[in-house]
Amino acid sequence: MSSQVPAPAAPQAFVDVRHASKVFGEGNLAVKALDHVSVAVQQGEFFTLLGPSGCGKTTLLRLIAGFEQPSAGQIFLDQQDITFDPPNKRPINTVFQSYALFPHLTVAQNISFGLEMQGRAKREIAITVERMLAMVKMEELADRKTAQLSGGQQQRVALARALAPQPKVLLLDEPLSALDLKLRKEMQSELKRLQVETGVTFIFVTHDQEEALTMSDRIAVMSAGKIQQVGAPRDIYSRPANRFVADFIGDINFISATLRAGQAVFSDGTSIPFEYKGESRQALLASRPEHLRLSAKGEAHTLAATVTHTVYFGTDSHIHLKLQDGTDLVARVQMDFLTESSFDKGAEVGVGFAHDALQLLDN
Amino acid sequence: MSASENLTRKTSIKNAWLLSSPALVILTLAAAGPLLIVLVYSFLLPGQYGNVKWGFSLDAWVGIFFTKDIFDGTYQMADAHLSIFWRSIKLSILTTLISLLIGFPTAWFIATRSPTMRTFLLFLITIPFWTNLLIRTFAINQIIRNEGLLNTLLLKVGLIQNPIEMIYTDFAVLIGMAYVYLPLMVLPLFASIDRFNMSFLEAGYDLYATRWQVLRRIIIPVTKPGIIAGSILVFIPSLGAYVTPRLLGGGKNMMIGNFIELLFGQGRNWPLGAALSISLLAVVMAALLIYVKFANKGNSHGT
Amino acid sequence: MVRKEFSIAKLPGFSLIAVIVFVALYLPIMMLVIYSFNSGKSVAIWEGFSLQWYVKAWANEQVKEVTLRSVGLALSAATFSTIAATLAALGTTRRPAFKGQMAIFALINQPLMVPEIVTAVALLIFFGALKQFTGYQGMGYLVAAHTAFCIPFAYLPIQARLNGMDNTLETAAADLYGRSFQIFRRITLPLLMPGILAGFMLAFVTSLDDVVITLFVKSAGQDTLPTYMLAQIRRSITTEVNAISTVLLAATVLLLILFFILTKKKN
Repeated sequence: MSSQVPAPAAPQAFVDVRHASKVFGEGNLAVKALDHVSVAVQQGEFFTLLGPSGCGKTTLLRLIAGFEQPSAGQIFLDQQDITFDPPNKRPINTVFQSYALFPHLTVAQNISFGLEMQGRAKREIAITVERMLAMVKMEELADRKTAQLSGGQQQRVALARALAPQPKVLLLDEPLSALDLKLRKEMQSELKRLQVETGVTFIFVTHDQEEALTMSDRIAVMSAGKIQQVGAPRDIYSRPANRFVADFIGDINFISATLRAGQAVFSDGTSIPFEYKGESRQALLASRPEHLRLSAKGEAHTLAATVTHTVYFGTDSHIHLKLQDGTDLVARVQMDFLTESSFDKGAEVGVGFAHDALQLLDN
Repeated sequence: MSASENLTRKTSIKNAWLLSSPALVILTLAAAGPLLIVLVYSFLLPGQYGNVKWGFSLDAWVGIFFTKDIFDGTYQMADAHLSIFWRSIKLSILTTLISLLIGFPTAWFIATRSPTMRTFLLFLITIPFWTNLLIRTFAINQIIRNEGLLNTLLLKVGLIQNPIEMIYTDFAVLIGMAYVYLPLMVLPLFASIDRFNMSFLEAGYDLYATRWQVLRRIIIPVTKPGIIAGSILVFIPSLGAYVTPRLLGGGKNMMIGNFIELLFGQGRNWPLGAALSISLLAVVMAALLIYVKFANKGNSHGT
Repeated sequence: MVRKEFSIAKLPGFSLIAVIVFVALYLPIMMLVIYSFNSGKSVAIWEGFSLQWYVKAWANEQVKEVTLRSVGLALSAATFSTIAATLAALGTTRRPAFKGQMAIFALINQPLMVPEIVTAVALLIFFGALKQFTGYQGMGYLVAAHTAFCIPFAYLPIQARLNGMDNTLETAAADLYGRSFQIFRRITLPLLMPGILAGFMLAFVTSLDDVVITLFVKSAGQDTLPTYMLAQIRRSITTEVNAISTVLLAATVLLLILFFILTKKKN
C-alpha cells in the first residue's frame, strides 16, 4: 500500500505534492487541469490555494483528498506515499463546498459518522461529539436534521464532522462561498481561530484574494493548472513574481519603460533610479497604487500626468491618472482638506514612486 | 383575501372541476363506480347458474376463510383458499424482494453511466415495460417449458437426462412475475438514484467508510423513497396478477386473481368472488396508505 | 504500491448484476423473435429459416379481424382518454390547491391503484347487467372500459409537461389582448402538444396491451389481439403467436422511439 520514502524535497514537508499532473478526457477533448504542480505544506500551517475558476486549485485539493488520482506525479503525507490510497485510507478530511451533510442523519449523527467508521468505542464517540458541538457552538441543535439548518449552521456542522476524527490534514473547498458577507467575515476569524487552537494543518481553497491574504500563513497562487507563486501573504502582495500574481492580488499599475544600468527611462524621457544591471531592454514595471507619490508637475524624477477622475472612499481616494503616452494609472492617496483641490479633473501633476516600489515583472 | 381575489379563486375552482369532469365521469361510470356494485354483490347469495340471487347473506365473507360442511353444517378452515392466499402473498413478497435485489444494482449502473449511455439504457429498460404482458409471459413460458429452450439445451448438452419440471410450479410463476415487473422497480429506483448527490459518497469515503458501509449507511437511506415507490409498484400488481400465474402456474397453482376468475366462471360463486375482490382491494389500499404515510413522514423531516 | 483507480461511484458486483439483468431481460424476447422465423414448430430446435408463420398469420382471417378490432379500440380509447386527460390536466395543474383536489387525483389515478382483476370483475357485473337491460352488446362497453383505464396513462405525461411550462407566456399573450380561447389555441396547446402526443401514445399502447379487463368485458365475437393470443396459447397452438408477438414488438419499439424523441424535445 504505502511505502516509506525519505523526503528529498523541502525539509519537514508535511504534505508534499511532487510534479502532479491531472488530465481529464482523452484525445482532442483532453483538458490539462494540473500541469506538473509541486507544493510543500508544513505541518500546522494554514495554507491556501488561491486562483480564479479553472486554475486547478480544486483539482489539486481532490488529488490530496483521494477523490481523483494524478495522471503523473506523487503525493506524500508525513513522508508516506499516499498517491494511490483510496480516500477512506487517508487521515485527511474534507469540508465540501456544498457541505454534503447526510440529509437522513441529525447534526450529532453527522459528526459521529467518521468516528463510527473508524470503529471507535461508543463512549469515546459520545465525548468527542460533545466536544465538537461545543467547539462550533451547535450544542442546542444536536438532534436537528441537517436539512433544516441555515447555511452558516450547516457549514459549522461540516467543519465539526471533518475535524471529529482528528485528521492530520483538513481540506476546505471554498467553504465560505455560499455565505453572505457578514457571515463570511465571522467564519473567517472562526476558522483561523480553530486552526490555531487545534493545530491541524489546513489546506484552504478560495478564489477570494482578500480572504487568502487575511487568513493564510502561506499562499500558493495558481493559474491555468500551474503554480505561479508560493509565499507568505506579505511577500505575495509586495513582491509578486509575475504579471498574473501582481494583477490577481490587489490593485496594480503597469508601466512600460526602457531599462538601463541603474535607471528606468520612461516614454516621456523621465528617468528614475532603478536597480538594474544588465543589457538595455524594454520591460514592464509594476507598482501598487498606494506606492505612487503625487506632487506638483515638473518635479524631479516624476512622470507628467493628468488627473482623469477621482473616486472618494472615505479614508482615502483613488486618483485616476493618464500619462502622456496614454497609460492609465491609479494612485491611492489619503486625503485632507488641503490637498483635495489639487486633484480636480484635468489637473496636471507629477507621478513619482516610493522607494523600492517599482518592480520588474518577468511576464 | 380581497373580494375580487375571492371571486377569482372561486372561478378557478369552478373551472378546475368543470375541466376535470369528463375524466371524472368516465372513470366513475367505467371504473370506480362499479366497485360499489361489487361490494353489494359480496353480501348477496350465489345464483344457480352464476350471477346472484337477491337476499342478504354473509356467507360469501365467511366463505373466504371457512367452508361449511354440507352434511353436518360445521365450519372448517378452507385450506384450499388459504393455500391460494398464502401463495399469492408469498409470491408477491418474493417478487418484490427479488426485483429489489437485482433492480437496485441495475438502476445504480444506469444512473452512473454517461448521459448518452444512460438514455440508451433507459430506452432498453422501457421497451419490455411497454411490451405486451402476454408476450413477455409467453416468452418465459417458451423457455422453461418441458419442451422449451432451457430444457432442450440442457438435454442436448447432456447435463440432465429428463426435462426439469419447471413450468406449472410456484417457481415458474415467481420467475415470470419478477421478469415482468422488474422495469417497474428499476424506473423509480433510477429516479431516486439520479437525484442522489454524489458528493455524499465522497463525504462517506472521506470519513473512512468502506464501500459496504457507504451503501448501507448512506446510499440506501437516502434513496429510500425510490425503494419504497418501486416496491409498491411491484407488490400491488403482482398480488392481483392474473395472466402470469395463468400461463406459468397452470390451473393448479392459482393466485388470488385466478381464483376470482374461477369463481365468476365455472366456480359459480359470484358473491364469494366479489368478497375476495373487495378484500384484495382492501389489502392494496392498506399497502398504499402505508406508503403515503411513510413518504410524508420522510418529507416532514426535511429529506 | 498498487496502482488501482479508486472510483467514487463504483459498487462491487453492481455492474455485473446490471449486465446480467439486461441480457436476461432481452433473452426471452429475442428467442421469441428468432424462433418466429423457425421453419419447425418447436421453440427450441432450429430447423431452418422460414416466414411461414408470418404468412399463415397474415392469411388467417381471424387474426386480421382481431388485429383491426384491437387497433380500432386502441385508437378510440386513446383519443377519448387523451382529450379527457388533457382537460383534466388543465384543470388540476398550475393552480393553487383547493379542497377536493386530492379526490380528483385519486379518481384519475384509480386504475393505477386498483388491481385489474377487481375492476374487471366490477365491469363484468355492471356491464353484464346493462347488456341484459338495454340489449346493447356492441363495442361501446369495451371502448368505455379502455378509455377509463387509459386516462391516468395519458394524464401523466401531459401533466408533467404542463407543470414544466411556466405561465408567463400565457400572461404575455393576455397582455397582448389575447382572449382565453385564443391563448389556449395559439400558445398553450402548441406548447403542450409533445406532452399530449406522448400521452396519446402511452394510452394507445396500454389499450393494445390489455388482457384482463378486455377478457371480462367483451361479449362473444369481440376478441382483441391479446385475448385471441391467450386463447391460442391455452390451446397450445402457439406458432402463429410467435410471429404476431414479433410484429407487435416491432411496432412497440417504433412507437417507443417516437415517444423518446417527443419527450426529449425541449422548447
